[in-house]
Amino acid sequence: MTLAIACPPMAAVFNLNHRAGYAHWHFFLMSVPNIIVIVLTMVVFAIAILAPFPGSHRADAP
Amino acid sequence: MSTSTDRSWTVRLRNRAVGALPPEKLLPDGQPTYVASWIYVFGVLSLSALAMLILSGTILAIKGPTWWHVSSVGHFFNSIHLWSVELFFFFMVVHLWGKYWMAAWRGGRKRVWMTGAITFLVAVPCALTGYVSQQNFDSQWISTQAKDAMNSVGIGGFFNLMNFGQMYSWHILLLPVAVTGLVVAHVLLVRKHGVVPPFELEDRLKAARRGADAEAES
Repeated sequence: MTLAIACPPMAAVFNLNHRAGYAHWHFFLMSVPNIIVIVLTMVVFAIAILAPFPGSHRADAP
Repeated sequence: MSTSTDRSWTVRLRNRAVGALPPEKLLPDGQPTYVASWIYVFGVLSLSALAMLILSGTILAIKGPTWWHVSSVGHFFNSIHLWSVELFFFFMVVHLWGKYWMAAWRGGRKRVWMTGAITFLVAVPCALTGYVSQQNFDSQWISTQAKDAMNSVGIGGFFNLMNFGQMYSWHILLLPVAVTGLVVAHVLLVRKHGVVPPFELEDRLKAARRGADAEAES
């Protein structure tokens, strides 16, 4: 029995069926997917530090 | 006078465990207000991703490579396992960065910090052995490239990336046990020592402690 896929997978939204692009500048060489992940991690980290936590203004036990 | 019960290793172990981590510390009623931070959410998300990894990995280990490469359900669980590890590292890195800038080793919490940092380091070979255990061209490419790195540091003789059986054993038993053990130790140490207070609060606590000591001496 095979499982029918009801919705298109993410790979259909982003065409991943090719070699990754590379950013190359002097000694710096990194694939675009790696750059995206690193930048995304930094953005999420900044949000995690700066975004207010729900309910954090309440004066709970120290 | 000590009784035979006092000498029992189970009683001594229990007393030591309860002394180090009394129930109210192990499962507390509440947490300090400074724990209300997204950085700790990423710690919990790391735990959730690890649970998904173990669950999906167990199913993959039961069914085997043919299943995860050929069947639709196998592809699904293979993808769950892959994305769980991607998210595990993503969440862990955000948590690690946050704790680094908070200097989470303060106040006798060195072991809390070390178990977290070493978990990250041990998780790297755990993921690598997984990538070379896929049984496809991808794993062949990674293993033939990465073996040179192992040989260059002199460990290729006993950590052979071209040896599927050895890599699979490392991936599904030895390294997951190490990662899980470190994570359990990390969580228990967090419970024992508590979450590190912010710098300002620590300074105020230290000043209050110094004041109390000076008062006691005078």
